[in-house]
Amino acid sequence: MLLSVRSLSTRFEANEGELWPVNGVSFGVAGGETLGLVGETGSGKSMVALSILDLVPSPGRIVAGEIEFEGQDILLLSRAEKRRVRGGEIGMVFQDPAASLNPVYRIGDQIADVGRLHRGLGRAEAWRDAVHLLGDLGLQEPEKKARAYPFELSGGMRQRAQIAVAIAGRPKLLIADEPTTALDATVQSEVCDLLKYIQGEFGMAILLISHDLAMVTDVADRIMVMYAGRIVEIGHWTAISREPRHPYTKGLMAAIPHLGAGPDQPLGGIPGTVPDLADLPAGCSFHARCPEADEDCRAASPPLEDVGDRLCACYRVERAR
Amino acid sequence: MNYQPILSVRGLSKYFPTGRGWAGRTGQLEALAGVDLDLHPGEVLGIVGESGSGKTTLGRCVLRLIEPSSGEVELEGSDFLALRGRDLRRRRKRLGVVFQDPYSSLNPRMQIGRIVAEPLRAHGIVPGPEISERVSELLELVGIEPHFATRYPHEMSGGQRQRVAIARALATDPELLVADEPVSALDVSVQAQILNLLLDLKREKRLAMLFISHDLAVVERIADRIAVMYRGTIVESAPTASLIRRPLHPYTQALLFAVPSVDPALRRKRVRLRDDLGPPGHAVHSCPVAGRCPIVQDVCHTEVPQLEEEAPGHRVACHLARDQTG
Repeated sequence: MLLSVRSLSTRFEANEGELWPVNGVSFGVAGGETLGLVGETGSGKSMVALSILDLVPSPGRIVAGEIEFEGQDILLLSRAEKRRVRGGEIGMVFQDPAASLNPVYRIGDQIADVGRLHRGLGRAEAWRDAVHLLGDLGLQEPEKKARAYPFELSGGMRQRAQIAVAIAGRPKLLIADEPTTALDATVQSEVCDLLKYIQGEFGMAILLISHDLAMVTDVADRIMVMYAGRIVEIGHWTAISREPRHPYTKGLMAAIPHLGAGPDQPLGGIPGTVPDLADLPAGCSFHARCPEADEDCRAASPPLEDVGDRLCACYRVERAR
Repeated sequence: MNYQPILSVRGLSKYFPTGRGWAGRTGQLEALAGVDLDLHPGEVLGIVGESGSGKTTLGRCVLRLIEPSSGEVELEGSDFLALRGRDLRRRRKRLGVVFQDPYSSLNPRMQIGRIVAEPLRAHGIVPGPEISERVSELLELVGIEPHFATRYPHEMSGGQRQRVAIARALATDPELLVADEPVSALDVSVQAQILNLLLDLKREKRLAMLFISHDLAVVERIADRIAVMYRGTIVESAPTASLIRRPLHPYTQALLFAVPSVDPALRRKRVRLRDDLGPPGHAVHSCPVAGRCPIVQDVCHTEVPQLEEEAPGHRVACHLARDQTG
């Protein structure tokens, strides 16, 4: 495993009490693999990403667990070593390219800076690499685009530029947090193809985070579903998409509008809203919204167990013998 | 059956002046370039297009939130653009609007109940003492418990806020609702809830809707007809089933292929639009899609295709669509 996360817990202390956006989460990402992390807003998925980079904002704190990247526990590294890992070994792409690109620097310089810092490239060499990357990511006239400022590019081009910044250090792992959410449908599918392309071209592992199960299914090798700080289901993408087994995953799947359903067809989905992390119900935190919940589910929180072709945390799903 | 359209738009155009350049030169951006459409009572027309296609400008011009540069907008056969002052306000209460972002469209300093009551007060629709009762009805209609009326927007989730925005839009009992990307800012699970709510309202209230979105899969659920926009013009318009099953315009085909599928058998390479956008605005002598069209021919650069009927109710503006079908 390139990345192994074990029993990770991240806690926030707020006025309302303690919140656990990440609550005993364990998973691994193999080299060159794309792992999709799916959940609604407030499920804790972005906090998993920030925890991996040890960038949890105050007053949050990682209180338990290990994050092993290439055999080293990231949490035990010195500040300087962490900086080397962030952007060098692990690249990061965010939802809003307009907010994460520096508006007053040329695109090419922002990409070249990463190459100079993390790969020790010379000025000219780093610039050539930046232009090459932009061309590789499908921007026409990459030399011209490298000299452009972010505001001169469209949303889709900016997202490609942001991806170029993220991979300029040739990281082994790319974390992409909602990389398509702010984009048009056509541009979304282009960014998905781009992620598949860079995975093949650079042999990079990707942790792809999104609320959109359809998008994740389009790109990921394995899919991990999170709810209220815990993993509820994790398995190969074909298993999850053919037959989701956790009621939450089933609900997410039913909420996806498929083309060709015809007009006036209501969507399935999940009633209610994500529970307040400061006020989680007893037992399985999904039970209040779950159509299959019974007494067991209200009494105790189900552990993540092997159910044959995947891991699932649900008393209603029969475990493997 | 009422055959008079509730909304009729002809040749609607909107130009925005572009930044002042060297020596005070100004340009114009044609955001809307001669759009025609009809919307009948109880009908939902989906307007689909990417950012910059003019779909939002169209919605805003229809509501006169911005003034169109030219063209006609008729509401139930009467000229809406000619109205001024009090007449305009009186007519406008028959129109409801829901915006994309429920975080910025609700006043953070007003309680939910006041937000929904505001149009009732502004238009004097319900006598004062009955307002709170009507607000409770409206909240219940959109699936929010009436005791939430004393809460503030920040105490609610994105989906709940969008429900409040819908309740406010329905307060004046409008005949026409303009919904501009009403589910795009929401999680997929919440998007399904809001879409189902709008479907219920469509059925129960026979509400006519202009449903604007970049996502064809969402629009297909609710629209009776779909118009696809590109750079300020409608390039294809058809009954929903016809457009989804047999898209004639290459641009519509590309939009359809952009919808991700969870079916493993369908994880595939898709039809791509090319990247060459060309200068913004509407080119005078060429098809607006020519720069990005995968099947572009010489004629596309010399002649603007007109919107023509290829099948009953199915209109397309493409020189090559005819060749494909004929």
